[in-house]
Parts: sequence; C-alpha cells; structure tokens
Amino acid sequence: MSTLSRDEVARVAALARIDLTPEELDRLAGELVVIVDAIAEVSAVATPDVPATSHPLPLSNVFRDDVPVAPLDVDEIMASAPASEDGRFLVPQILGEDS
Amino acid sequence: MSHSAHVDLVDYDEAVARFDPVIGIEVHVELGTRTKMFCAAEVEFGGAPNTQTTPVSLGLPGALPVVNGKAVESAIKIGLALNCSIAESCRFARKNYFYPDVPKNFQTSQYDEPIAFDGYLDVELDDGSIFRVEIERAHMEEDAGKNTHVGGSTGRIHGADHSLVDYNRAGIPLVEIVTRPIEGAGDRAPEVARAYVQTLRDMFRALDVSEARMERGNVRADVNLSLRATPESPLGTRTETKNVNSFRSIERAVRYEVSRQAAVLDAGKTVTQETRHWHEDTSTTTAGRVKSDAEDYRYFPEPDLVPVEPSRAWVEEIRATLPEMPADRRRRLQGDWGFSDPEMRDVVNAGALELIETTIAAGSSPAAARKWWMGELARAAKTTEVELADLPVTPEQIGQLQSLVDSGRINDKMARQVLEGVLAGEGSPEEVVVARGLEIVSDDGPLLEAIDTVLAAQPDIVEKIRSGNLGPIGAVIGAVMKATRGQADAGRVRELVVERIG
Amino acid sequence: MSDLTRQSAAQLAAHLAAGEVSSVEVTQAHLDRIAAVDTDVHAFLHVSTESALATARDIDARRAAGEDLHPLAGVPIAVKDVVVTKGLPTTAGSKILEGWIPPYDATLVEKIKAAGLPILGKTNMDEFAMGSSTEHSAYGNTRNPWDLDRIPGGSGGGSAAAVAAFEAPLAIGTDTGGSIRQPGAVTGTVGVKPTYGGVSRYGLIAMASSLDQAGPVTRTVLDSALLHELIGGHDPRDSTSLNEPVPTLVDAARQGALGDLTGVRVGVVKELSGEGYQAGVSARFEESLELLKSAGAEVVEVSCPHFVNALAAYYLIMPAEASSNLAKFDGMRFGLRVEPTEGPVTAERVMSATRGAGFGDEVKRRVILGTYALSAGYYDAYYGSAQKVRTLIQRDFAAAFEKADVLVSPTAPTTAFKFGEKLDDPLAMYLNDVATIPANLAGVPGLSLPNGLSDDGLPVGFQILAPARADERLYRVGAALESALENVWGGPILDQAPELEIR
Repeated sequence: MSTLSRDEVARVAALARIDLTPEELDRLAGELVVIVDAIAEVSAVATPDVPATSHPLPLSNVFRDDVPVAPLDVDEIMASAPASEDGRFLVPQILGEDS
Repeated sequence: MSHSAHVDLVDYDEAVARFDPVIGIEVHVELGTRTKMFCAAEVEFGGAPNTQTTPVSLGLPGALPVVNGKAVESAIKIGLALNCSIAESCRFARKNYFYPDVPKNFQTSQYDEPIAFDGYLDVELDDGSIFRVEIERAHMEEDAGKNTHVGGSTGRIHGADHSLVDYNRAGIPLVEIVTRPIEGAGDRAPEVARAYVQTLRDMFRALDVSEARMERGNVRADVNLSLRATPESPLGTRTETKNVNSFRSIERAVRYEVSRQAAVLDAGKTVTQETRHWHEDTSTTTAGRVKSDAEDYRYFPEPDLVPVEPSRAWVEEIRATLPEMPADRRRRLQGDWGFSDPEMRDVVNAGALELIETTIAAGSSPAAARKWWMGELARAAKTTEVELADLPVTPEQIGQLQSLVDSGRINDKMARQVLEGVLAGEGSPEEVVVARGLEIVSDDGPLLEAIDTVLAAQPDIVEKIRSGNLGPIGAVIGAVMKATRGQADAGRVRELVVERIG
Repeated sequence: MSDLTRQSAAQLAAHLAAGEVSSVEVTQAHLDRIAAVDTDVHAFLHVSTESALATARDIDARRAAGEDLHPLAGVPIAVKDVVVTKGLPTTAGSKILEGWIPPYDATLVEKIKAAGLPILGKTNMDEFAMGSSTEHSAYGNTRNPWDLDRIPGGSGGGSAAAVAAFEAPLAIGTDTGGSIRQPGAVTGTVGVKPTYGGVSRYGLIAMASSLDQAGPVTRTVLDSALLHELIGGHDPRDSTSLNEPVPTLVDAARQGALGDLTGVRVGVVKELSGEGYQAGVSARFEESLELLKSAGAEVVEVSCPHFVNALAAYYLIMPAEASSNLAKFDGMRFGLRVEPTEGPVTAERVMSATRGAGFGDEVKRRVILGTYALSAGYYDAYYGSAQKVRTLIQRDFAAAFEKADVLVSPTAPTTAFKFGEKLDDPLAMYLNDVATIPANLAGVPGLSLPNGLSDDGLPVGFQILAPARADERLYRVGAALESALENVWGGPILDQAPELEIR
C-alpha cells in the first residue's frame, strides 16, 4: 500500500531539509517501507463516522492579556548565534523570491 | 528576472474590451496590539534589532505560544465589519515551510477554520456607485521577521552574499482577509481593486484595530488576476502579484497584468500560474522564482494551542462596540445635509467633511457651511498653499461668522471681509467686526439721512419712482450702500426709500 | 548517619528539616557518588558541581535563619537534558545542540529553583526523546546499573539510571510514549507520567506536543508524589496546561502505604498482556495482582480493543508533530551550523547539511516519516486516520474506567535487553512501548513501579493507569503495592541490585 520508494524518500528528505548520503537513503527507504506498512492499518480502523481528536483534553479559549513582558537580552541571544553582525543573525544567502 | 527583457503588452482598453478580468485580493493587516500574537514581547516600530523577542517569538527550543486575547477581539471586529459569520469554534494550524525569517520554520496560522467567513464589503467607487466585494474569510496569523540582504550589486536576493535577520517583527499579529473571485468589474477592475483596499484601510482605522499605514507595511495587498473570454467562460489561470505597496500601485498592477496576460493569450499561449513581483520603478511585474515544494505546507492543527470558541454573547458585546463605518457615516451625513452626490463627493475629496460637520455643530446650516469651506476657504487654502484643515480659522469660528450673517448683523460682503481679518490673525469674527467697524447699520436714522442726501441730489429719480418706474431704485440703493460703506442692509434701505418717496 | 545516597528523598528531607544533616553534605555525597560510578553508568551529560553546591549553601543558610522552606528544599535532583535550563548546557541528547546554553528556564525548573533543590546536572537520553534504550543519544550509551551491558530504557535512561545508581534521589523525566515509565521498569525505579496538562511543558524541548509530559523519576512512590506536587500546576505560559490545583498526591501515597485497598476495582487490560510478554514479566504481574487482592482490591478483566492500533497511531501522530517541532533546528539562530562542502553556500543548503550532520538515524527516520504522513495527499490516510484512532482509544479508556478505578498491566514486555540487540530493527524497538503508549494518546496518567525481578535477575515494572485528572489513584494503589512488595522482599528492590564498582 505504501508508496515509499527510494525516490519518494529522497523527495520527502528534501522537503524536510535533511541531507542524506546514498547509503543512508537506501537504508532509510528499506526501514521506512516496513514501518509505513505496519502503520497503514490505521486507515482501516478510522472510519468516517469517527471524529478526530487533536488535543487529549478538551480545553478552549485560553488567552492572555495584551500586556508586555521583558524581552530576551539581545547580547545573550547573539552569544548563541552561529553567526551574527550588529545584533542581527547572519545567515547565508537565501535563494528564492522575497516573501 | 531581468527587467530589460521585452514583454508584449496589449493596450489596456483594447484588452478589457476583448477579455473579462477577474480579480482576487488578499490583504494582510498588522494589528495595533501592544504585544505579539503568541507571546508578550512588546511591539514597537523601529526598535534596535532583536530587542523585542521572547523565547516564543525567537523560536527557541521549548517555547510555547499563548494567544493574545486582544488580537482575537480585533479579528472578530474586522469579521463583523465585513459582515462575516464568526466561527463558533476554530483552531490554529501550522503552515510548515523553511525560511530564515520564520523562526520556527512554520507559521502559526488558521487553515480550514478561519475565525470569520462568508461576508461582504460595499465599496464606493469614484463615481459614487457601489460595488459589492464578497469576502471569503478573515483569519488570524503571525508575521515573520525581517531579512536584510547584504552584498551583491543590487542588494536584492539574487547575487546577495548573505542576509541579516531581525526578529522584532516575528510574531506580530496579522489578520488576513481573502476575497472571493471578484467578477463583473470589467474595465473598472483596477479601480475596484484600489477602492477595495482603500475602504479596508479606512475601516481598520475606524475600528481602531490598526494604524493601517500602507507605507509602513501595516496593510499589505497581494493582487490576483486572471482573464477569460467572456463572463460566461470558466475562470482563466491566475497570477498573484506581491509587493504592491500603495493604492496607486494596486491599480497599476492590475492594469499591467491585464495587458500582459492579454498579450500572452493573444499569442495562443497559456498564462503561467505563478507569483509575480511588482516593480514600482518600472511599473511592471516580473515572475518570481518557481518554488517546487512551495505548496506542500503540510497543514495540521496546532497542538500547542487550544480551540478558540467565541461565545455568541461575547460576539454581540463586540458588535455593540463597533463604530459607524466611514461609508455609512458619509451616507447618513449626506442625507441629513441634503447635498447632491457630486456635492458630497467634492466635499469628501477636498477633505472638508469633518470641518463642515463641526461647523454645522457650531450652529451653521449645512448649505452655508459648505459654501464657506468649498468657496472662500478653498480659495484661501489654494492661494496660501495649505490644506483646508491647516488654515488659521476654526470650524467654530466659521460657525460664529455665519451666525453674524444669519442674525443680520453683517451681510455676505462684510462677512468676506471679516473672514479676511480672521485669516490675517486679527482675532475672532466678533473681534474683527468691532475692530473694523463692520456692523450693519441697524438704526434707521443714519439710513434715512443717507437716503435723503441721495434723493436730494437726484430729484428726477424721485419723480420717476413716484410715477411707477422702479428701475432707478437700484441705483438709489447702490448710492446709499456706498454712502454707508456697505454697512447697510440693502433690503431695509429699499423699504425706506420706497417709504420716503411715497 | 548511613550512606546519604541510599536514603529516599523523603528521608533526606526529614533529616534536613531536623537539622541532622546539611544540604551541602547531602549534595556533596551525591556529587561524590557521581564521580565514583558515572564513568561506568554514564547517566550524566553535564554535572553542575558549583551551582549545585551554591544552592545547597544558600538553603542551609536560609534554614539556619529560620526561614520556612519547601519540604524538598536542599534535596538534590537531576534533570533530563530535554528540559531547558538557563545557563546550563542543554542538548536533548543531540549533536545539533552541542554547546547550546539556553537563555531561559523551563517553568518546572523555575519551580525547582524556587523550592531550593540543588540541580546536580543534566541526564542522558535518546536524541530528542526518540527511543526506548538511550542508545540513540549522540553522546554515548547510558548503562543499566543492574547490568552494565544492558540498556537502561529510553528515552529517559539517564534519569532512571542516575536514580537507580544512587547518584540522585530525585530526577525529572519526560514521557511521550513511555519514556519515564519504561526506563523505570527496566531499572527497578518508580516513574510517573502525569495527566496531560498536569505539568507545564513550557521549556520542554518538544517532541510530540500533544503527547509530551514531564514527570518524576524516583526510587519510591512517596518521593514521586512529593516531586509531582512540586512541579505540577497551571502555567499561563502553556496553553495546554490544566487550570486546576494539583491534586493531593502525597496524602494519597501515605494513605495507600497503609495497605488497605478495600473497594478499589483494579482492571486488567486484556490487550496488554500475553503474547510478546516475557514469561518472567507475566509471572511477576500475576503475583502483583494477588498482592492487590490481598490488600482488598477487586480485580476484574477489561478489554480495550483499539489498544492494538495504538502503536500504529502513535508512530504516525508522534513523528508528524515531531517533524514540525524539529524544523527549528536549522543552524540559523542557535546550535550547530554546517556548510556544504561543495556547491553554493545558501541558507537552504546549510539547513540541509546541518540537519544531515546534526541529526542521528532515529531522528532522521521519524522526521522523514512524519513529514511523509503530513504531506499533500497522505494526510487523511495517515495523520488524519491516526487522530481518529486516538478518539477510539479514548473511548476504550472511558468504557474501561466505568468498570475499574485503575487499569493495570506490565509496564514493558521484556526486561532490559543487551546493547545493540534491537538497533537494526526499528519496529522491534518500537514494540517496547506497546503498553505505555495508549496513556499518552488518551492523556491519562500512568505510574510504573518495580514489582520484582524476572528469571534473568533483571527488574520488572508494574504499570498503573488512572482516568485523566485522577492522578491520586496512581499513588494510592502504587504505594499500597509497593508496601506489600517490600514486605515480601524485606526491603526496597534496589537492595538486590549489584554493587557498582567505585572508581
């Protein structure tokens, strides 16, 4: 039932931004096929009349007042940054259109 | 992506004659709350980079979102003002995609459960006609941080060396409003698009949910356009144009896309479904980079947040606080004042609406108020090159001025002189009247004296008038007015002349 | 006084309160124990000697000044490295966070600090809490103090081993599919997963948001009750946290220890025993049921037919949520950054290279699985269906709790296996959690306590489950069973553990 071919695993790995070596890709594809087949059984049990549960306990309307708190200290934040410049995170060039 | 590549265009008027444009508009408005959508970092324009973040808006491991109740209230206000239904229960969803300005690499938004849906907005066009725009939905989401591209010749992404990221804006509350396909605008599509966004902007300010300044990015519009042969044809392929940063750009972007797509279709090709970028400097759109996996956002309900279920009582409470919308207010005032459509339009376009309203409140009639602001004062403003509201006279003073006329203390001509005096800084209308001695002579005595003097000088006129020829009376009145330096009531002078002559 | 490290937290608290010993002495004793045995056990990734002693000194001074202190003040504690601690390295067992120092504390850490418990350090775990053996830690294995060739369970093997090896009287764990309870079972310690929302998740590096809960890891049921009461409670920074006071768990534990379970209906879940469960595990389970009966409980059989689908549902929901939660680890703002060795250095390629280098196999497996389950065209069949199975499991629990006050099962199907035994077969590894997973899916609380040794001489765990928000039932029944068992053994089970070599 699963469509989890090696190519599909490669596509999904790219979607998840994870580089895989060819060996990893092979091994993962093998393992995932087995797993996916095992879990595919859920669709048989999950008939249309059963509602989905996304939260274990029924809470709702949890809000906070529009009152500010002290922010993080910028120097402390920058201390953990892989690269920074003038209080901003330095990231490699971004390809792709402006958001 | 080069701007210099030749693009075929069909003349706009010709294009809309042969094709039917369908537009769609997505507007994002930044809410003017004190804190962010999902964390309590303070929102302030122009802070030093990365000084307005918490672990939540920075996307640090372990952080969790908590919904800003004020933002929910604002979203409901917007939904109600757009005549939408407000959801009984709705959830947030994660929109998963990787981009450096998105700190969690997912945006917390709403997917198939928007807080408001199925509404409409009546938009007034330039000629006063009303166009109804159907609203599909309005939902809550959070803004991304800001990338500044550094390096490369243009400073834009392509050719950039690296980017610097500031997350101050990350997490600011946004409401996204999506229209249904806007059909039937025909050649007015550009105007409809522009007027729609303007009306929204006015609405946001009236609701006090946002400062709504397009130039600051508080309001952002993405414009979708497709062409079809006739209104009965199925919808064509649409493009989405982003980076349209002003009302004028919206109108022009629609016009350009109509022209461009018409040329594509004329050449027998198909329009590419894509996101395009508007360029203010060249008034053109260009294709953005095609993103292969861009559409697979893997939406699923946000597990770190619980459903938002606004009680009907709360919704009604909010509805009761909604102020009158600008368009409704204008219609009401126009009715009250009895102005014609062109008159009202001129007033609104001149920015004189509030001024006239205040003048009327100070006792003037609507017609008189309009006469002053659209007449003498408009001229004065033009001459001195200021806005009407910046003239050195208040609506209250105009009201006083008109009262002086209404009570008969001065006539129209004198009123204009009094106004001159007020504008020159000589004081209030009352003060100017006294200082310049501009009061109508109300005592008959001096009038009769003046009349006698004039009549004595022209005995033959007396004979003419006595014999029934009332023609020269005007000259007599004129002479008396001149003798009294215009400070006589012409009507009273006439009465006295007639009485005198017998 | 006898070896301070052999005392329970409650005993230490009593000694401290009575002024018989100082927190510095207690803390130092544990630091010494860590130094002596952790080269072999490797429970700790970071030992915070200076700050632990500083807290201890502070508490001693405040106690001497007559200040009113929390009952557990001065009792040292270890914290699983998935919990964010300000100023202390936090790795989540992953290379991708090597060297990261958080700028803030998790809420539960704030509570621990406010109460004055010295934090001994951060404990080892499967990377990003994904695993059942701690073999997936990027920083090396933790070894089971009962047999150093065997796994201590996972993902919280470090906390359980630390407590089992007497390196700490208390530890914090997190449980998404059994990561507190299963290590408890295989190391002879007590572990509790609270009702979902009972303990704040603010500051827990998220794996599966709708399943994660932090909870106590201890050697006694009473100690767990004490710690659970400290860390539990509403947190406005966690939208999913329950807005209710913490139940009186310590009272329940003390009451249970008196040994009377008259009127308590104990439900044995048919689907959580039998095939796949080691003989010794099943035997100890049956014996425990007899003890509960002797204490006055009524034992009934219940059926939860959809529990057989729980593993599949879990391995869809958890990876899906985790794939999204782990997206933030991309080398842009914190942690590891790796550039591709050839080709253009773009943000996208750096993200992929960083995650390729920084994530271990199990994490990659689950992130890709989760991404797949959520992707266009597959959502309904996978993630969507799993959420429906979750509803069915909740309904099974609801029906079962009509017939019983608590549900019981063996905690894990087997005792501790040897290193490497299940590494090549992920599915076999996942089966370790078959008994613990249903509670996470439904949000109900669960407790594991040691109920004996199997034929191989290794510890076995007994699991108790209660309805959501009825955590006190766990402690009452757990304490009663513990008391009965220790009567049989003549003392706590860890007295039977082999002595570790002192280095």
